[in-house]
Formats: sequence, C-alpha cells, structure tokens
Amino acid sequence: MSRSPSFLRRSLDSDLVWRLRQAPAAVLSACVLVVMVVCAVAAPLIAPHTPFDPGTLNLMDSRLPPAWVQGGSATYLLGTDEQGRDVLSTIFYGMRISLAVGVAAVLLSVVIGVTLGLIAGWFGGWVDTLIMRLGDVQLSFPTIMIAFFIDGIAKAVMPPDLNQATRFYVVILAIGVADWVQFARTVRAATMIEKNRDYAAAARLSRVPGIRILFTHVLPNTLGPVIILATLGLGVAILTEAILSFLGLGMPPTQPSLGALIRVGNDLLLSGEWWISMFPGLALVLLVLSVNIFGDWLRDALNPRLK
Amino acid sequence: MAVPLVTVRDLGRSFDVSDPLVQRLITRAPRRSVRAVDGVSFEVQTGTTFAIVGESGCGKSTVTRLVAGLDTPSEGEVVLAARLGVRPRLQMVFQDPVGSLNPRWRVGRSIAEPMPAAMDAAARRARVAQLLETVGLATTDAVKFPHEFSGGQRQRIAIARALAAEADLLLLDEPTSALDVSVQAQVLNLLKDLQDSFGLTYLFISHNLAVVRFMADRLAIMYLGRIVEEGPAETLFDAPAHPYTRKLLETVPDVDNPRRERDAPAFDVPSPLNLPPGCSFCPRCPLVTDLCRRERPVLRDRANGTRVACHAVTG
Repeated sequence: MSRSPSFLRRSLDSDLVWRLRQAPAAVLSACVLVVMVVCAVAAPLIAPHTPFDPGTLNLMDSRLPPAWVQGGSATYLLGTDEQGRDVLSTIFYGMRISLAVGVAAVLLSVVIGVTLGLIAGWFGGWVDTLIMRLGDVQLSFPTIMIAFFIDGIAKAVMPPDLNQATRFYVVILAIGVADWVQFARTVRAATMIEKNRDYAAAARLSRVPGIRILFTHVLPNTLGPVIILATLGLGVAILTEAILSFLGLGMPPTQPSLGALIRVGNDLLLSGEWWISMFPGLALVLLVLSVNIFGDWLRDALNPRLK
Repeated sequence: MAVPLVTVRDLGRSFDVSDPLVQRLITRAPRRSVRAVDGVSFEVQTGTTFAIVGESGCGKSTVTRLVAGLDTPSEGEVVLAARLGVRPRLQMVFQDPVGSLNPRWRVGRSIAEPMPAAMDAAARRARVAQLLETVGLATTDAVKFPHEFSGGQRQRIAIARALAAEADLLLLDEPTSALDVSVQAQVLNLLKDLQDSFGLTYLFISHNLAVVRFMADRLAIMYLGRIVEEGPAETLFDAPAHPYTRKLLETVPDVDNPRRERDAPAFDVPSPLNLPPGCSFCPRCPLVTDLCRRERPVLRDRANGTRVACHAVTG
C-alpha cells in the first residue's frame, strides 16, 4: 500500500493554500490578523507595561502624548491616558477582551444556530415553521437592540456586584443570542438538501439510525458555509461589542475592551488628547477590516460556484 | 412456482401538489394531487431481473422508492418474502454517481457502512478490500475520496456498498444512464456477473431499451403511473402488443436499416394532474376507439404469458 503524503505536505499542496497565494490582500489581512491575535493572546508577556496594576501607575505620567510628539516619552510609545496607563498596553489588553468576546459570541451563535437549523431542516413541519418564524421575528429587530434587551434584563435581575463580575459573560450571551438566525437559516437549507441525498437514502436502507445519519452524513456536509459565515460574523460581533461598550453597556472600565477604551478617550478628544481614543479606534478598524477581508476571501475561495 | 421474492399488489402513491393554504383560501382552488403510481402489481422471482421501463415521470422511480421502503404507499402493499425466517435485505444503486457517496467519507468507510456493527475494524477492512476487487477496483482505493474517481468507478463503489450488506435484492435505479456508453457496458457486464455468482435478484429501472434487453428476464412497461404491458422480456421484445410498447420499440435506432419508415412520435402526453377518463394513452394511440375514451382498460392475462391493458389488443 502506498504511503499517503504527510499532513503538512498535503496542506501546502491544497487548493486553499494555492488560492491564498493568488490573493495578496487576503495574505496581508491574514498576516495582520495573526500579529494582532498574537499580541492579544500574549499581552501579559509582551505589553511594555501592566496598565491594570495600580501599583505601577504614576499619575505624573498621565496624558503624555505619543513618543514622536513633543512632550512624549519613549517609555510610553503611544502616550498615556488620564490615569497614566500606557495606551499601547491597554490596546493589547483591550484586543484580548474584544477578540475573546467576539470569538465566544460567534461560537455561541454557531452552536445555537446549527442546532436549531438541523432540528428545523431534519424534522420539517410545524417544528420547522416555529423555529424559522421565531428567527424571522428576531431579525425584524436590529441586532444591537436585542443585545440591549438582554443586557438590560441581566442588569435588572442581578445585584450590582454580581453584575460587574459576570459582565463578560452577559456581553457574550447578548451578542451570541442576537446573531444565531443566519446560521440556522443556512444549516436548515443545507440539511433539507443533504437529508434527501442518495447517500442518506443508502444509509437508511442499511438501517443506520436517523440520529446517526444526521450527525455523520448531514452535519459535516452543512458546515462549509457555516465556517465562512462565522468568520464574517466575527467582525460583526467585535463591532457590536465595541458599540455596546462605547455606549457604556458592554465591558466595565476595569476590564476595558477596545470599545470601552474609545469611550474613555472620547471625553478627552476635544481637549486635544486625541491619542487616547484614536489608537484603540485604529486598532479596532484594523482588526475588523482584516477579519472581513479574510472572511470575504474565504467565502470566494470555498464557493463551488465561483470555482 | 417458487414464492416470489417481491410481491407488489395494487400499489398506489399520490402526492399532494396543492397550492399553499393561504393561496388556496384566496383563489378558492381545491386541493390537488398527482397519482404518480396507480394500481401497480407485479412479482419478482428470486435470482431474476425484473425491469421497469417508461419515459420520464411515468412513476418508475416512485415504484422503486416504495419497494425500498423509502416512501410509504397510499394504497396497496409491497411484500418481501422471508427466506429462512429472515426478511430479505435490499440495497439500492442510484442513478447519480455523484450524489450517492458522501463526499467527505473515504470510499472504504462508505462501503463498510452497511456491514453489521459487531464486525471489528480489521474484518471490515478485509471485506472492503475483497469487495473492491469484486467490482474491479484496486484494494488501495479504499483510502481515497469520491472526487478522485470517475463516474463509472463511483458506480462500481456504489455497487460494492450494496454488496456489503449481503443483500438479496438490489434496486437499480437507472444505474448506467449517467455514464458513457463504453462504461455503461462495463457496469452492466459487472452486474450480470455478480448476479450469476451470487444469485442476486434485481429490480432494474431504465428508459434505455437496449440496456433492458441485455439485462431483463421480465419486463413491465409503465405509462403515466400504470403498467400497460408486462411479461417475459423476450416475448415482449419479439411481439409487443400494446400500442405504447410498439411505439417505444420503434424508437430504438436500427443499425441495419437506419432510414426505415417511422411514425413521427406524438408528444401529446396528458398532464398527470388531469388524466382522461378512459385509457391514458388514447390521445397518442393510433388504434383509439370510442371505448378507449370512455373506459379505462384493465390489465389482463394473454395466451402467450404476458399481461396487457388495452381494448384494441385481441388474444
């Protein structure tokens, strides 16, 4: 029996890698994305300062401009905010929160959406109607409003100190629940096609239980579009979180995300300290842009009709 | 005669094709249904090939799905004779070689799917290799994915999967119509050889008369959901009685006499939604009489061992 080529070799020879080489914008966005993710994940190791340890802060260093502006200091490359925290370090930590919330929220949407979509597509009938009409109703409200709604309920039912501690999870829940419908629709449509494919019929003739057909035949063949949607959804989720935080409904100032950082700096924008909100804003733009460009490319690369 | 492996009695299947409820309420249109299969009866003897022939939409695929149990009949029944107290296993080979294999599964896994759950991995691998050889593929092909094979090879894989269940009955739903003519012949020869070596029973669906002539022991001609003529394949090919069967046989190109006189085919198929009260073939029939337009002919036995549903045929 001939030995099949190694996994690495096969990955490098694959169609997807070949397509990536054809698209410089996608390569660039992927590189930016990798750098930003590394910065975010390794923030405690590579950030020049520890902005959330009050012991290391010096109020004398507050509101310093970036290093290349007059009055700036090389210690604080992108300047400091009004409490003397290094802006570059807060951006690293902020990206960490933004990315964590974004990824977790998209995963939550995917789990809810794929589950409901599979159920709707597989069973059909009134179950299908119920789930999809529920999705239609939810889609008639703006995503951000659903997130407000869930956020508001969480604030109302929980005592303030618990509320502070669970903020992170509430934000994930709010964004995740607001965004499941597109996944459910895609998976439902694919399930209705896959369950009637001949290989599913052959499995039924071999007395394979329905639930097993669902998980071994139908589910894997519906996931292609889900991966694309999830990548594009990540950009939206990060933005939604930024909007919530900017409006003061998202992450608390003790754990600021990029959106919360922009909000803090926004108050000082008119007094000339532009760097405090400008740099987190640029980081947010760069992050969402590269996620979107990469997701767009992925959609084209994996779309069989464009091949 | 031995007990037939498959007995189909008065099989009927209607599909609801009504407009959605709201639209029906607005336009006051009644519910509508199509009788895709209507009063179909036949028997398939063990070890033989029974072919069903007809043009697109005549209900032959629906009959297969009903026999397979993938669909439930509205009327009538399908009886599979128990042999040694065990219900005969049946498997299907589908028309489309692309859709019949899961694209994300290595073909070895697809072939092993019908094998009993108790079988261990080594035994499965050995059996898969053996089956691949049986259908004329390499044993190393088991680790490949479906997209690495041609249509004919995929159809061989689908046949290997059907054999893996040790089925008694194979339902062949136009297994060669998506293939090149040269590959068709290979697959048909393979099916014939397998039938000879394993004593398989085939229910063969086709619209290709040359293929049917090669494969079938018995033959049923379907038209708009009903069997119009049924009997031993040789008798039907030699002496077709029903005007529709005759017309079908006329359409087969004749190599020796390509320019022979032929009636222009009349493409006047009535809508299955709105069948004429009498014989459904009467708008196309050259022998049509008033009786045909009033009364639907029933399938009746003839002296030569065939059955025919036609008022104009005598004997």
